[in-house]
Amino acid sequence: MALLTRTDLRQALITGLWFMFLTFPLLVIKVDPVERTVLWRWANLCWVGGASCGISLAVRFWLAWGAARQERIRLGLAPTASGDPFRLLRQRRVALPLLAAFALFLLAFPALFSTYQINIMTTALMYVVLGLGLNIVVGVAGLLDLGYVAFYAVGAYSYGLLHLHFGLGFWTVLPIGGLLGALFGILLGFPVLRLRGDYLAIVTLGFGEIIRLILENWSAFSKGPSGIANIARPGLFGIELSLEAAIIYLYYLMIGMVLFTVFVVNRLQNSRIGRAWYALREDEVACQAMGIDKTRTKLTAFALGATWAGMAGVFFAAKTTFINPASFTFLESAIILCIVVLGGMGSIIGVVIAALILILLPEYLRAVADYRMLAFGALLVAMMMVRPQGIVATVRRTYTRNHLSR
Amino acid sequence: MNPLLTVSGLTMDFGGVRALDRLDLCIHHNEIAALIGPNGAGKTTFFNCLTGIYVPTGGELLLTLPGKPPRRLGGLKPNRITEQGLARTFQNIRLFPNMTVLENVMIGRHCRTRATVFGAIFRPPATVREEREIVGTSLALLERIGLADQADELARNLPYGAQRRLEIGRALATEPRLLLLDEPAAGMNPHETLELEALITSIRADGLSILLIEHDMKLVMRLSDHIFVMDYGRKIAEGTPEEVRHDPAVIKAYLGEEADHA
Amino acid sequence: MEYFIELLFSGLTRGSIYALIALGYTMVYGIIGLINFAHGEMYMIGAFTALIVSTVLSIYGLPLPAILILTALAAAVWAGAYGFTVERLAYRPLRNSPRLTPLISAIGMSIFLQNYVLLAQTSDFLPFPALIPEFAFLEPYAAIVGATDLAILVVSALVMIALTLGIKCTRLGKAMRATAQDRTMALLLGINVDRIISLTFVVGSALAAIGGLLIASHIGQINCFIGFIAGIKAFTAAVLGGIGSIPGAVLGSFVLGLTEAFATGYVASDYEDVFAFSLLVLILIFRPAGLLGKATVEKV
Repeated sequence: MALLTRTDLRQALITGLWFMFLTFPLLVIKVDPVERTVLWRWANLCWVGGASCGISLAVRFWLAWGAARQERIRLGLAPTASGDPFRLLRQRRVALPLLAAFALFLLAFPALFSTYQINIMTTALMYVVLGLGLNIVVGVAGLLDLGYVAFYAVGAYSYGLLHLHFGLGFWTVLPIGGLLGALFGILLGFPVLRLRGDYLAIVTLGFGEIIRLILENWSAFSKGPSGIANIARPGLFGIELSLEAAIIYLYYLMIGMVLFTVFVVNRLQNSRIGRAWYALREDEVACQAMGIDKTRTKLTAFALGATWAGMAGVFFAAKTTFINPASFTFLESAIILCIVVLGGMGSIIGVVIAALILILLPEYLRAVADYRMLAFGALLVAMMMVRPQGIVATVRRTYTRNHLSR
Repeated sequence: MNPLLTVSGLTMDFGGVRALDRLDLCIHHNEIAALIGPNGAGKTTFFNCLTGIYVPTGGELLLTLPGKPPRRLGGLKPNRITEQGLARTFQNIRLFPNMTVLENVMIGRHCRTRATVFGAIFRPPATVREEREIVGTSLALLERIGLADQADELARNLPYGAQRRLEIGRALATEPRLLLLDEPAAGMNPHETLELEALITSIRADGLSILLIEHDMKLVMRLSDHIFVMDYGRKIAEGTPEEVRHDPAVIKAYLGEEADHA
Repeated sequence: MEYFIELLFSGLTRGSIYALIALGYTMVYGIIGLINFAHGEMYMIGAFTALIVSTVLSIYGLPLPAILILTALAAAVWAGAYGFTVERLAYRPLRNSPRLTPLISAIGMSIFLQNYVLLAQTSDFLPFPALIPEFAFLEPYAAIVGATDLAILVVSALVMIALTLGIKCTRLGKAMRATAQDRTMALLLGINVDRIISLTFVVGSALAAIGGLLIASHIGQINCFIGFIAGIKAFTAAVLGGIGSIPGAVLGSFVLGLTEAFATGYVASDYEDVFAFSLLVLILIFRPAGLLGKATVEKV
């Protein structure tokens, strides 16, 4: 406790008082404008005061502890920091067995858990694919796309509509969904080529909203807010599957999709085009000066990233068998963006881990369901404070002396 | 033989400011030329016009590669100009900081290679061979500039002098005919400057031409075959190092009216 | 003709509201280069605070003018406090981080605030009292312009004039402009940059809150998610006018508001938001820096 000074205590107290003032109208007072009654929730005030004071103290303590430790290291009284805490995981002898165990777990999953759990896991895997797709655009090429959900919607609606009007099956539409995604990716890419970071972000956000709004309002085309129902699940050589079997089948298909995505994205990142994307992210001007066609490189990134969203969209439609515009809001784009950032921009394994955490955790915290989104928001802020580089900070590939490390 | 680069009447206006005023100069094959002048004379602006970052408001830029017809550079995008055979370094080093030293050089090979997305995903033999060639050529370039044992180091971790050399290596990877160096010796100590001089000479020995912007007069005088002097966007003198050293206009530009020694 | 004037007023009203919010966006962007995603929530918090305070005051029987003034004050003060706190907590520690980091933090803050109000109050739509009384002299024009329309136009105009004068003439205003142009230099000249940035957030949030109060009186109901779409539109307006430019934010807001009003009036009413975003895309394709923005020439 000697780490906390009197100033710290005073500041914590001020913090507590400030938050009590700040949250007073919204947390303490609850009005019913119709009945014209007021409810005074004084208990909340005490909670806020106590919690904010306590958190402030805890944070100050943690900072002081860290500073004291740095001081001890400087004076040679303590060993230096071990660096990246995840370094242990990167060594082959640790990583490979872990990966193998995880793979085994995933394969055996349907045998171990209920249909409900399998569904959740399938959703998580879908977000892995989405995260890896957006990773190409944001993580590798450095293009801040806030409207990624638009391509997701394109894929989902292409299946929904093609199935509704022409009876086309899942396997037929899957590549079509990807191609349409790529097409829209290029369409989106063209107008935003000249835009700088933040302008690019807001325009892509606008595009995402435009697509959603068109789907919602152009009912003749998209069936509007009521959406499209009775979308067929993927077939297995024409065999009729029971609901449970169909869910398990889709789960394994999704695993296949994830493996396919990881394979392709990995190959893309470690190629001539991948290097061009990284260069584009690092320094656009120097990149062009070294002979890289900025326009083509950007459009390729948009198109390839969107292809994956399109295919994931087809999977989504097949899984839920019902789609409507409400599934494709900006919040979805935000979540996928957070998966990429939390995972560590450009890192495949990081994105996979982040997707699993961000999607599975809220599901398993259904007990505190109401506070889910609140916690999500707080988590984002906290993550940026504590570890902005993400879970797995990218390590560049080395080419020399036949020594491949990642 | 025709000059490699012919600049005629090059003019660059930014709103009301005339940064380049009817500039004329020629760079010949296998020549080391230097562009000197006080700060703000327009030297880097000239480089930017040459490399397509700015579109000149007037004048002509002609690049004549051996055995090929002259090519107009005005209005081309920077990456096209690099493809034509012009490569540059930057005054404020613009490396790719979070990529490795080797990768920085490998980027330079981009415009001389052809692998597509298809090649990236399926890795046909042609692509595999191309990748191997890229790595091999880049490593060889690193050997040449003395950075081979730091190939896997992140570019931002290199000391300043090494970063400047890396930028040159990266530019060389694009197989240029004309290499534009913007203050390559800035911030270097005498030993590093000598190494740089040796490197530039060896680059010329390979058949390239080099145009450098420099403030280190000793280096300029030792290295250059031909010097151009700029001030206020205009060329005020040109010639061999000896001629330029004694040119009164040059002396006035650098030292002011009072100087009158030879 | 009457329809045209009605749409004109509608457009001007919308534009005024967007302007009140857009000013906050553009000032913050101008000074720290951040798209404050949580700014729309200040508008929402202002509306909620106004609802709560006005209801409590009216239950205690205060006269309407007093309620109006106190409510406006309360909304501005508390929204300003929220703006200050958000900046301190979520943005200041990240001031020297790469651009994406504070942006994610802002998105997180936006989600947090929306759900905070949802949990603290309710997720339902709450009816908002009509705080602005009907003026007698407007009776004959009731079809074209109502009391709240007029109030919005007048208050917005006054606020914008006050802000412009403040930025131009006061010492604090000069300090804000200096900090926006060159933060390091401002610091070296003895300007307390932290305080100026906090002030920017406070003023921006207060303006948004007033906008929230006004529009809530106009529409008659609020809920905790109104901040999002209003924020996006207002940011669109700020970008349209040239982000970082205060006159640009005002111009962009009116262009957006009028476009929306006339497009929905004469073309199709469902696609209101689509018009807004399409306008943004078009302007940025042809003028990437916005209407009044300066195309910054990057020094190479």
